[in-house]
Amino acid sequence: MSLFELRDVSHFYRGVTRAALAGVTLDVERGSLLALLGPNGSGKSTLLRVMLGELEASSGSVMYAGRPSNERSRREVASEIAFVPQAESMAFPMTVRKLVEMGRYPHTGILGRMGSADREAVDLAMERAGVADLGGRSMGNLSGGERQRVRIARALAQQPKILVLDEPTAALDLHFAMETFELMSELTEEGSFTVVVATHNLNLAARYATQLILLCSGRIEASGLPSEVITAENIQRVYRWPVVVTSPADLGPRKGAPQVTPLSLGPDHKGR
Amino acid sequence: MTRHVILLLGLLLSFLGVLTLGLALGAVPIPVWEVLSALTGSSDPQVETIVLGLRLPRVLLAAEVGAGLAVAGAVFQALLRNPLAEPYILGVSSGAAVGAVMAIILGMTVNSMLALPVAAFLGAVLAIILVLAMARAAGRGLDTHVLLLAGVVIGAFFNAVVLLLVTFADLETFRAAMLWIMGSFSGATWESVTMVAVWVLPALTVLTAFARPLNLLSVGEQSAFHLGVDVRQLKIFLYVGTSFLVGVCVAGSGAIGFVGLVVPHALRLVGGSDHRWLLPACAMTGGGFLVFADTVARTVLTPAELPVGVVTALLGVPVFLWLLVRSEESL
Repeated sequence: MSLFELRDVSHFYRGVTRAALAGVTLDVERGSLLALLGPNGSGKSTLLRVMLGELEASSGSVMYAGRPSNERSRREVASEIAFVPQAESMAFPMTVRKLVEMGRYPHTGILGRMGSADREAVDLAMERAGVADLGGRSMGNLSGGERQRVRIARALAQQPKILVLDEPTAALDLHFAMETFELMSELTEEGSFTVVVATHNLNLAARYATQLILLCSGRIEASGLPSEVITAENIQRVYRWPVVVTSPADLGPRKGAPQVTPLSLGPDHKGR
Repeated sequence: MTRHVILLLGLLLSFLGVLTLGLALGAVPIPVWEVLSALTGSSDPQVETIVLGLRLPRVLLAAEVGAGLAVAGAVFQALLRNPLAEPYILGVSSGAAVGAVMAIILGMTVNSMLALPVAAFLGAVLAIILVLAMARAAGRGLDTHVLLLAGVVIGAFFNAVVLLLVTFADLETFRAAMLWIMGSFSGATWESVTMVAVWVLPALTVLTAFARPLNLLSVGEQSAFHLGVDVRQLKIFLYVGTSFLVGVCVAGSGAIGFVGLVVPHALRLVGGSDHRWLLPACAMTGGGFLVFADTVARTVLTPAELPVGVVTALLGVPVFLWLLVRSEESL
């Protein structure tokens, strides 16, 4: 049984006639690292939100572990699925540790007393996300990249079986972008943990993901293995820009993954 | 955690101290030891009449209303993720005042335990629905400026409605209605103390029980949802709960502004924004703050008396402006 089963799912935002999602059918298998690709506004975030039950699909069916996800309580779902949003706007200052501790909410009782297991989960999550030494700092004084890693730590503190990330590397430099993808890959290696990530980073997705989905205007344009999805023809069609796709042999353990290089158009195309 | 417990104990002691001062000060100052012996029932009858009969209901009503308004302010701020949100500025207090005045004009008695708070609650709910609808229609969701503007406009509208209503009423009702617009504890009786206590104390307890989901909500609705909070249900519950709290407070004393702004803000500076500490701290400090403001209001120009809303506004407006400038800077 697939973890998520979406059948012919469409979504319309209120007051908008164009479909944000149009007839999307997909399965997410347990243990996979699924990357959602596509241009801005192609429906990646909407697909994530519909999949996680945050938005109701206008038509079609969305199942999580064999049941409609809105049949479960929010706490029950949050103890299995963690989500890392693109950005958060906090109203009041808060320390890093307090924010990560929020990840224990679905696991603790009504009083929220943190037991030793909870504290351990928080420590481990901060360690893994590389924010162990930021615990006492205020979120407001961190860089965009540091904040993103704190949000990843909070998601890991939920001790989920599924981690869903919306553009996690948008604010990160090369070092932390690589660390984030290595972490996602490490988590899925044992085969029971599942990661779903929406990203603009085609090359890292091609190297680390086990399954890719290429979205355009709310439709799935291509899906499958990196070598099947990342082709010059697909990328050029969806992103409307000429590219070459190569398979460099010296990328470490993930050699042979297709890598995209966009072409410069040169002075002749300035008037385009 | 232990630091918060110590802070809360300190706040409790200062709260009790302010209550005692509120009983001691007035047109006839009474020494603190005589206040204490009057409370234990061993003092001369004249002092006992002033302390127990006149000042105690007034001080208790101010404490209850202050606690309610400060907690309502803190909850609104987390709910709207806006440190400037406050029942008075959002127009909710004025809405509640319309409900209360309507109930009186329709002939329900002033101290009715049920009719007055319920009417004020309905007015408060109507106001918050209008403010949210206006802010949403302006197209920018919960944008700070649009929300505050909507609140001020709705508040002005409801104040006009109160004045319109009392134009048709007799002079006595007119004076009472003016007190409702400005807020005052001069009409405090044991009946009004009981009426407010019966509703405010349970409402405070229930809202404080929701401190943790409120913490998550103040980080963002999307994040709260994915951390396991049923956001839709929680928001409806909190809007209803705070409107009820504001309604009861306004039914007891009229619309008093800025308590819900000054108190939560000062406490966040002292002990941070964790609602598990912030809400109980707001209840005690808000209570103490209003007792203090009311003591100032009735002593500073003796024998004349200021409306307590004047005192809270004089203290609150500079804080509001400072917060507004700061929120501009962080944009």
